[in-house]
Amino acid sequence: MKIMAVCGSGLGSSFMVELNIKKVLKKINKEADVSHADLASATPDAADLFIMTKDLAASSGIPADKLIVLNNIIDINDLEAKLVTYFDNH
Amino acid sequence: MLSTWLTHETIRIVDSVDNWKQAVRLSAIPLLESEIISPSYIQAIYQMHEKIGPYYVLAPGIAMPHARPEEGVNKLGLSMLLVRNGVSFCSQDNDPVYLITMLAAPDNNSHLEMLTELAELFSKPTSMQAIFKADNVEQILSIVNQY
Repeated sequence: MKIMAVCGSGLGSSFMVELNIKKVLKKINKEADVSHADLASATPDAADLFIMTKDLAASSGIPADKLIVLNNIIDINDLEAKLVTYFDNH
Repeated sequence: MLSTWLTHETIRIVDSVDNWKQAVRLSAIPLLESEIISPSYIQAIYQMHEKIGPYYVLAPGIAMPHARPEEGVNKLGLSMLLVRNGVSFCSQDNDPVYLITMLAAPDNNSHLEMLTELAELFSKPTSMQAIFKADNVEQILSIVNQY
């Protein structure tokens, strides 16, 4: 599966989220192809799961079942909880 | 090492600022002075903030303003501004912001190692609290130098 971390510019915050996604996947023993991109590149077909902040989620046009919304980009515990929930439901 | 980028020249401390725009502008000064960025880079950050919100406020108290390489970056660089009294970036969950770390990336790849180290620093609450409370640049450097 493909996971895409998304931020406004596709450079800074999304890369930090990508690093954390990789750490969590390793910890929970899941494999995925993880990348980071800007909002304009985040079209619904570009990945199976998109991870972004609340600020961007509303304007992203990504369906809710393919979206994880973070309150805090560097809170890895929040990310882990949301990824575990996602994998439990898919 | 973050200390390659964060030095006496690129870290500054102020007590307060009028608003988020001033905070972004002040954080950019060391990068402007060394021509790592051009003034258009700051305008690009303002415009994107006004269009999509405070996309670069990462966590409680921490902002990392940045825009695209083509919007005015000449070289790789990083600067830090500590605002002791905090400033609002209109971020519902993460205001007030104390630390503004401006990122200048000249392409899509050359900043990844720097950002990996920065992510380590930002995710350590004890280090971040110590930076938020720092009295001088020396104290910030002593923490930054550990990453």
